[in-house]
Amino acid sequence: MLIALLLAFGAALVAPWVTGRLGRSAGWLLALLPAGLTLYFLSLGPRVAAGEPLVQRVSWVPQLGVELAFRVDGLALLFGLLIAGIGTFVAVYAGGYLAGDRQLPRFYLLLFSFMAAMLGVVTSDDLILLFVFWELTSITSFFLIGFQHESEESRANALQGLFVTAGGGLAMLAGFVLLGSMAGTYRISELLASPAVLVEHPAYPLALALVALGAFTKSAQWPFHFWLPNAMAAPAPVSSYLHSATMVKAGVYLLARLAPALGGTPQWFWLLTLVGGATVLAATLLTLLQRDSKRLLAYSTIVALGTMVLLIGVGTPAAIKAMVVFLFAHALYKAPLFMAAGSVDHEAGSRDVTRLAGLGRSMPWTWLAAGLAGISAAGLPPMLGFIGKELAYEGLMGAPWLLAGLIAAGAVLLLVAVQVAWVPFAGRTVRAPKAPHEAPPSMLVGPLALAALGLTFGLVPGLVQDGLMRPAAAAVLGAPYAFDLYLWHGLTLALGLSLLTVSLGVALAATWRRWQPLLLARFGGVRVGPVAVYEGGWRWLLRFAALQTRFVQSDDLRHHLTIIVAFTVALTGGVALWRGGLESMVWAPSGAYLHEFLYFAVILLATATVVRSHSRLVVITSLGVVGFGVAFVFVLFAAPDLAITQFLVDTLVVIIAALVLIRLPSSALRGEGGRDIRWLSGAVAIAGGALITGLLLAVTGLPFDGALTRFFEANSYPAANGRNIVNVILVDFRAVDTLAEVVVLAVAAGGVGALLRRRLGRGDADAARREPDGGAQ
Amino acid sequence: MSALLVAPVVWPLATAAILVLLQGRLPIQRTLSTASAAVQLALAAVLLARVATQGILVVQFGGWDAPFGISFVADHLSAVMVLVNGIMGTAVAVYALRDLDADRERLGYHPMFHVLLAGVNGAFLTGDLFNLYVWFELLLIASFVLLTLGNRREQLEGGIKYVAANLVASMLLLTGIGLLYGATGTLNMADLALKLPLVPDGLATTLAMIFLVAFGIKAAIFPLFFWLPASYHTPPVAISALFGGMLTKVGVYALLRGFTLLFVADVALTHGLLAWIAGITMVVGVLGAAAQTEFRKILSFHIVSQIGYMVMGLAFFTPLGLGGAVFYMVHNIFAKANLFLIAGIARWYAGSFELKKLGGLYRHRPLLAVLFVIAAFSLAGFPPLSGFWAKLVVIRAGFEVQAWPLVAVSLSVGLLTLYSMTKIWLAAFWSPAPAGVELRAGPAPALLYAPVVALALLTLAMGFASAPFFALAERIGAELTDPTGYVRAVLGEAAAAAFVAQGGAR
Repeated sequence: MLIALLLAFGAALVAPWVTGRLGRSAGWLLALLPAGLTLYFLSLGPRVAAGEPLVQRVSWVPQLGVELAFRVDGLALLFGLLIAGIGTFVAVYAGGYLAGDRQLPRFYLLLFSFMAAMLGVVTSDDLILLFVFWELTSITSFFLIGFQHESEESRANALQGLFVTAGGGLAMLAGFVLLGSMAGTYRISELLASPAVLVEHPAYPLALALVALGAFTKSAQWPFHFWLPNAMAAPAPVSSYLHSATMVKAGVYLLARLAPALGGTPQWFWLLTLVGGATVLAATLLTLLQRDSKRLLAYSTIVALGTMVLLIGVGTPAAIKAMVVFLFAHALYKAPLFMAAGSVDHEAGSRDVTRLAGLGRSMPWTWLAAGLAGISAAGLPPMLGFIGKELAYEGLMGAPWLLAGLIAAGAVLLLVAVQVAWVPFAGRTVRAPKAPHEAPPSMLVGPLALAALGLTFGLVPGLVQDGLMRPAAAAVLGAPYAFDLYLWHGLTLALGLSLLTVSLGVALAATWRRWQPLLLARFGGVRVGPVAVYEGGWRWLLRFAALQTRFVQSDDLRHHLTIIVAFTVALTGGVALWRGGLESMVWAPSGAYLHEFLYFAVILLATATVVRSHSRLVVITSLGVVGFGVAFVFVLFAAPDLAITQFLVDTLVVIIAALVLIRLPSSALRGEGGRDIRWLSGAVAIAGGALITGLLLAVTGLPFDGALTRFFEANSYPAANGRNIVNVILVDFRAVDTLAEVVVLAVAAGGVGALLRRRLGRGDADAARREPDGGAQ
Repeated sequence: MSALLVAPVVWPLATAAILVLLQGRLPIQRTLSTASAAVQLALAAVLLARVATQGILVVQFGGWDAPFGISFVADHLSAVMVLVNGIMGTAVAVYALRDLDADRERLGYHPMFHVLLAGVNGAFLTGDLFNLYVWFELLLIASFVLLTLGNRREQLEGGIKYVAANLVASMLLLTGIGLLYGATGTLNMADLALKLPLVPDGLATTLAMIFLVAFGIKAAIFPLFFWLPASYHTPPVAISALFGGMLTKVGVYALLRGFTLLFVADVALTHGLLAWIAGITMVVGVLGAAAQTEFRKILSFHIVSQIGYMVMGLAFFTPLGLGGAVFYMVHNIFAKANLFLIAGIARWYAGSFELKKLGGLYRHRPLLAVLFVIAAFSLAGFPPLSGFWAKLVVIRAGFEVQAWPLVAVSLSVGLLTLYSMTKIWLAAFWSPAPAGVELRAGPAPALLYAPVVALALLTLAMGFASAPFFALAERIGAELTDPTGYVRAVLGEAAAAAFVAQGGAR
């Protein structure tokens, strides 16, 4: 399995090269890979049907308990066949659809990357590995929706799809990590083996909700459904592949996969049936507003996805059987319908079903494919879609409300089938924006083959019953389940309901031209519900972001410094008060002499002058006085070397500062801001000083550990040959500090030198080219 | 062995000295500067290999035993950070060959660059708190000169804010060190780990707050980050990339070291506080980025946001959290610096950093587009790129300590990160080039691309083959959680025994 996936990813990487070489016909060659993968999955069929899943494990990130674990059981096999099989036809189809597009090489890169990732999703037996592939499908979907990237609409829609699915993905990741910590393993087969541990865990509802969020967003369930119709901005092969047959079913897959582990509880039942039901309802109604063939199909896809979620939620064997068959049937008819819609768009120039008619003569083969698929989509015999729909009705017999909703949905699905597969083709008068002609063979093979499969499996359901449908249902149920599929069920209630559905649908379709314009005029421009919430949420968030940034990111240096000091005081002071940080403080001015207070008073006075004065010279001189006062304190406490240093530094600072400041324009010193600001600054400054004073007193209140001092005294002369201990500390004991400080001085000097030179690049053409807009705007 | 431990500092300093002597001879300077950075990278790799096989390495300068002299200590964390600095140094040195203008080179770019590398390595390796302050000074002054090199107006405006905030940080750090020395009588960090428990818990925790602020300014946490977005976008890209990648991480390193080795008297308080700070930093940073429309400014705000994830790992204070923080940091350095470098190449083509003046790069420059996608989606935490594992591991650490709100916040912030990255993607890559903007013909110089490709490969390697990286992160997490080995390496067996007896081993 790992090798198959690596091959698929490898093929993605060489696909652009192949396409560049072969041009138009590349699609046929490239399709060999998915075709090969299809055969590979087919070859797994017998053993899987016999109840022996393919298992493979390779160590990946053992520290996190994540491994490359794969497991192909019935469910994985069904999905794998759909992904690889439909992928084969999509690869061929895309070669025709995008012939001549210079981005075709990139397209194949993305398409095959998606295919590989999707196969990874359905074969992973490790939650984290599954998530890795899951997000890869989101990314490739993003790039594919935005394939026509120079259109703004495409870009916006791609982004919407990404945000919705990636947002759900984040919740899902949290859910997976939670599941992993609940069960002690990320291996899915182990989770499935011990459902009781999960279901009875207090965190079960949270984990379920998080995982379900991921599944619902991916499978376009209400209220996250809106991204899917917008994803129709992608080229038709993408819509038929990612956004109907495969990727959007990943959510359904996940729910089905985890059903044995998380299902069977009231929470599971209500969550899935309510969301699935709401999805069916919302999408059914919204379908009525559509005229674009791809959007019609997109909404009908949402209806189908909702139905599947609903059936998984019900969870009875009958419901699961219906889900599996319906899923299979849906993939087989929806993909060709999308391809046919794409062909019509490509060859006749429109997707608006009201602007198309009579194409059947010029596009007979496309019509044939669309027609067959349409019959299946409408749930009519002898197609597989009929069996799927009948089973769904049977599966919901116990829940009349859900059943009623499904019947309405069935009618609308029939309407969609008529609009897409009948209306554009039927009739004698040809209406189309450009002269229609039949699609090339590459664009016919896929739709015809898939539609034919739908017919074949409808006529002879036994072909897939034992090898595919039963093992898939068994995987979802967690136990073997034997059932038989028939096209003809006999005169059952389900058949009656089918008849009801058909008559409703036909009535809707027959009168469509009358009621649809009225409906569109009334509700067409209304943007309410989830999409409005989504868009409004983003707008609000961005407005808030701008506001908070203006507030936080002030341009004023003084604010910066005030915030830093205030934060320090609040944090340190707060902790000091709360945790008794100042308990060791000794307040003992005893033994102080009068002249010591004198120095103190001088320093205080000079500080006050600094703050009050508006004259620069006075400020500088007063600062000098503060410095000298401190130096005298050093003298008092027997540190003459420090005092001398301080005197020197202060003298130099005063002289240099005076020289510099005198040359500055006089406005530079005017106090800015009002009285309030000055008071605030003062308060913050005083609080900062008080805090440090308090801490100093607290620290000096502790006994001092003089081990270092004693060592320096004892070793300075005998071991380091220096009588001046301070010097020895500087050049020997702590010479590294000195080295670095010397470099600091040298760098500072170099920096000053650089600053003093003229500004860059006046008249230098090269520099001008490099600095067109430069920095801060 | 001792030479190996000192080399990451001495080598670049010696290089800087020689480069000063060669001032004005640009071709020789360029060659020497690049070659020296590469040698430094090789030395760092050897150092890490040595640490991995022999355990924590220590040098006592001048032969004065700890705690009397100054010690350099290389545990796994330090060695990894030195290696990362070597990688970044080499990448930026190569990139600068094409990105930097001759004027700035003449003004002394090359020696300053190596002094900066030396300062960063010194900060990673020192085992002495005051010595750490000295290296901070060195890297501050060197970075300030690099930041303002060229004297453009906005550079000076940004530079003033940068240097003012960072000088206050230095001052606070010095004050804190002085107070700590008064309380314990020592500066050696291992010795401090031994003696801090003798200080009353309340006072020790209070002093820890001063260090939290001082290191926090360097790391650009909330509410101390504003100097970063005000300045990081002003110098040339090569310099921004080095700053954006490495410099704030020195602050994070200091937080990691300080709040595992030293300030653990009241973990519930200090690390609880860190958790709050982490959450707010993430949110404020990412929202700040959402409001920007200039390539480098978006990146600058994201630096802030992602510092929050690293602090989050620290706040959990478990082996997984700490190892995760380091993994996150290393991933982030590569991805973030790479995005700055990519911004520079985008500017080479389109002539601007303003998103509304960029466009058309996806159609015309697919290689650049791929490189951007790798770095940007990694930053946004998409699997299987490095950022995903980084996010996964800190989230898992959060689940372990049941920090639900912080986990929820960090996940939501991921979506907003994605928003910013896709904003750049849409504007610069997908949109057609706006009217009046002509993309420069011909591919950008290979020397601009080479480091970007190399860093992207690292991001891929950390994503696809993350096991060896996690093995390292696991060891780092273990070493940080239980610093007994650190104390033993620096002070010897008796001190380690005393440390364990005090209950220092966790």
